[in-house]
Amino acid sequence: MTAHHADLLLLVLLMTDLYMVATSRIAACIRTSAVQGLVLALFPLALSSGAAAPQLFHAVLIGGGTLALKALLIPWLLARVLRKVAIRREVEPFVSLHVSLLLGAALVGIAFWLSMHLPTRAGTPALLVPVALATLLIGFLVVVSRKKAITQVVGYLTMENGVFVFGMSLAHEMPFVVELGILLDLLVGVLVFGLVIHHVSAEFDHIDTDALSELKD
Amino acid sequence: MNGLLHVVVLLLFPPFLLGVIGKTKAWFAGRQGPPLLQPYFDVWKLLHKSAVYSRTTTWVFRAGPVVSLAAILGAGLLVPLGAGRAPLAFGGDVLLFAYLLGLARFFTMVAALDTGSSFEGMGASREAAFSALAEPALFLALAIVCIPADSLCFGAAFAALPWKDWGAAHPEILIAVLVLFCVLLAENSRVPVDDPATHLELTMIHEVMVLDHGGPDLAFIHYGAAVKLFLFAAIVMHLVVPMPAGGALPGVAALCGGTTIVAVAVGVVESSTARLRLARVPQLLIGASVVAGIGLVVLFFRGGR
Amino acid sequence: MALLVLVLAPAVAGLAALLIKSVRIDLALFLAVCVAHLGVTLGLWFVPPPAPLGTLLALDLPGHLFLTITSVLFFLTALYAVPYVLHATHDPQAAPHLFVPCLSWFLAAMTLVTVSQHLAVMWAGVEATTLASAPLIYFYRRRRALEATWKYLLVCSVGIALALLGTFFLGIATAGLGEAAPALVLEDLKQAAPHMTRPWLKVAFIMALIGYGTKMGLAPLHTWLPDAHSQAPSPVSALLSGALLNCAFLGVLRFYQICLASGDAAFARTLLVLFGFLSLGLAAAFMVGQRDYKRLLAYSSVENMGILAIGVGLGGAATFGAMLHAVNHSLCKAALFLLAGNVLRAYGSTAASDVRGVLRRLPVSGVLLTAGFLAIGGAPPFGPFMSELVIFQSALQGATPGLGVLFVALLAVAFLGLAGVLLPMLQGARPAGVVPGREATLSVASPLVLCVAVLVLGVYVPAPLSEALRKTAALLGGGLG
Repeated sequence: MTAHHADLLLLVLLMTDLYMVATSRIAACIRTSAVQGLVLALFPLALSSGAAAPQLFHAVLIGGGTLALKALLIPWLLARVLRKVAIRREVEPFVSLHVSLLLGAALVGIAFWLSMHLPTRAGTPALLVPVALATLLIGFLVVVSRKKAITQVVGYLTMENGVFVFGMSLAHEMPFVVELGILLDLLVGVLVFGLVIHHVSAEFDHIDTDALSELKD
Repeated sequence: MNGLLHVVVLLLFPPFLLGVIGKTKAWFAGRQGPPLLQPYFDVWKLLHKSAVYSRTTTWVFRAGPVVSLAAILGAGLLVPLGAGRAPLAFGGDVLLFAYLLGLARFFTMVAALDTGSSFEGMGASREAAFSALAEPALFLALAIVCIPADSLCFGAAFAALPWKDWGAAHPEILIAVLVLFCVLLAENSRVPVDDPATHLELTMIHEVMVLDHGGPDLAFIHYGAAVKLFLFAAIVMHLVVPMPAGGALPGVAALCGGTTIVAVAVGVVESSTARLRLARVPQLLIGASVVAGIGLVVLFFRGGR
Repeated sequence: MALLVLVLAPAVAGLAALLIKSVRIDLALFLAVCVAHLGVTLGLWFVPPPAPLGTLLALDLPGHLFLTITSVLFFLTALYAVPYVLHATHDPQAAPHLFVPCLSWFLAAMTLVTVSQHLAVMWAGVEATTLASAPLIYFYRRRRALEATWKYLLVCSVGIALALLGTFFLGIATAGLGEAAPALVLEDLKQAAPHMTRPWLKVAFIMALIGYGTKMGLAPLHTWLPDAHSQAPSPVSALLSGALLNCAFLGVLRFYQICLASGDAAFARTLLVLFGFLSLGLAAAFMVGQRDYKRLLAYSSVENMGILAIGVGLGGAATFGAMLHAVNHSLCKAALFLLAGNVLRAYGSTAASDVRGVLRRLPVSGVLLTAGFLAIGGAPPFGPFMSELVIFQSALQGATPGLGVLFVALLAVAFLGLAGVLLPMLQGARPAGVVPGREATLSVASPLVLCVAVLVLGVYVPAPLSEALRKTAALLGGGLG
């Protein structure tokens, strides 16, 4: 693992973002989220290559935690919810998938443009800021443009992945306990989301949040 | 000497790739499959048959396969096979390559329309739509390779590829390879864009265009398709494998080996994925263009840092 | 040590309440924990500050102020909740077994937010409050409650993700300092602030404002608030409006403190004033002609959060006014939601048109409701009048006097909205279908205490409180001029 591999991992992350925006099956969205978790787990190792032993140990710990939670446990939970709840396992977007893909590409462009104005210190991979911002924006696009509740949760997880990339680059400034706390928070969040989706499905017989519109002024 | 070797390889090697693909698919399906040299036998058999021409067709129908093969062979003289330059290389041959292939495609489509049959017309319109979408992907992917080399010549672009740790240090080349492979699948009518083994006209794209051709015309078409596949595979291979120095022969050998591997990859993809619904193919191609565009953005971004 | 106990005790109690199936024992346990929590919190005002837990937890003045408000509110709401939950056990649509555990975890999470000095720990606390309070909103298993819960969860989680991004941006802003880069601890960040890379610092504040502002209910990110606060059971609404919004505001204030320390706070102030007026205006507009009285109170919360943002954004004496207003609003809004709970129980509907003659049907609640309405509307002699007056005066003396005029105008619109809904509810004869009956003592005791407190604060602010508020305001770049 050299420092160059960080850029490669970031590029793979970007590709998974675009795939998530373009796919029409919810199960594929969840699997893509798991792949993103895997990429994020490898990322600290790439960042801290050639560094001292304690930093490497820290990176391995965080990578392990991320792998366990983001790549394995959380997608498994979501897949379970999907099995119990969804009858039509297709993404139902507000805009067509073609337009979603083009919007996603536009957001990637915006992310690259924004990162030109944000200076980074030497040693950070060049693609870190643009890819993290792009992942965040695409996650937000998924939350906003999808009707099914589970895909909104996947979009939220993608946003968190984008934020996490930033966090990884600050690994040495944050105690391991805090990063673990953030991951656990995410896990509990997904549990609560899953619980509520269960109830929504039981109550409404579907998980189409577009129909949740009785409360308005 | 180099030019002669180039022409010989270009003329003789391509149908072997079709055989490789067939064998790979058969292996996946647990069958023996047709012999590796079967495409050669097919072309030979077709050349000895006579053609039947419908009374509703004009000279366009007869010219289609001939012009198409000529254009493809001409394009083949532009792509370097092995180290060094191609016989007709010049600055800008990337564009000529793309447009010669476009010419070939145009004449195939026009010949199909000339028959006056609705099936062929349907195939022609589908082919037109999908190649229109594949073209930006092709150009953007080639741009990723050509811009750092500052030249539109294949030989110069391939010579300028950074071979040291290129996977990690230049991830945009990986993107170019991925997109070019996708374009290969689209332009050569492979699964997941089109199923070459289907016999249902409503699901065909390429085969339905050539339904009415027979005899030598069909031989030209099959042979031309093989050469086109070979050329795309050669370009993909050039991006992945550095050419060994020391004369033309090792380079050509490496190229033949490399394109065989690409053919095996095509066979693997054909065996493991299903053909996409026709409405989804534009998504795949637009996605390829978007990915290539992002590769370009990454190239500029990293170049600027 | 004391801080860790403050955070962990409610969490452990929640776990115990989850395992104990009896609702009565759970309520008793919760009440005990709230009393203990309040005792420790109030006691910490009089003893020397407790030892910090490494760099992660420490009690500073703004945190202690908000913690006290939270603790007081939890205690009084716990008293109110006893008859409320016991009544709800007979309701087939309610789910009381999760009530006490989630409330306890809610208290633990909010305590964590107020005592944490590490920004990522604070973030984890705010996220935990969202997760702990979501099941509380879904107490009554109705479709609308479920819709409100989903919106609350999704919008707040997305917002808080942005707040985490802002936290990380702060870390990147200090990255240029190399080896001397501080951890994400408030004091260290304040010291390093003058040397931070400016673009990152500014983006960090914007992200934190959007993120924590979503949780706080600042417009235009407030869309979840009317739904969640109106569909939740009344004690939960009281806590959400009275305590949680303050804690979210604390998140924004931490980032604001860092901006102040960097010397580059002008843009932050402009943004706070902008969002504040936007909240005030939007809320006032939606309050006029509102058909649901709990939604009315929820929009009033948005309005008051706007006032807080304006106060801190204007600086100077207005910051003191904002801190005083935080106390006033919390007490008043909690009282109003608890009283709304009484009205809902008696009349069975949250539509204002179905409620008439509260003063006759529920005399004590009616009087207190009138007092609460006058208080939250900003009428003297109640507390919010004083705090809003301070902000108004400070605005008039500031750079743009027009802002002061706009402030009062929007407050007047809000008052009209409140009057238009609440006054018809209070007056008139009670409708035929409503059964007369007594009001339980515990269901009016807490609102009584809260309203009296608001009245007292309107007339006289006790010196210790005033001193604490003044010092807090000074920490936030303001102070009585």
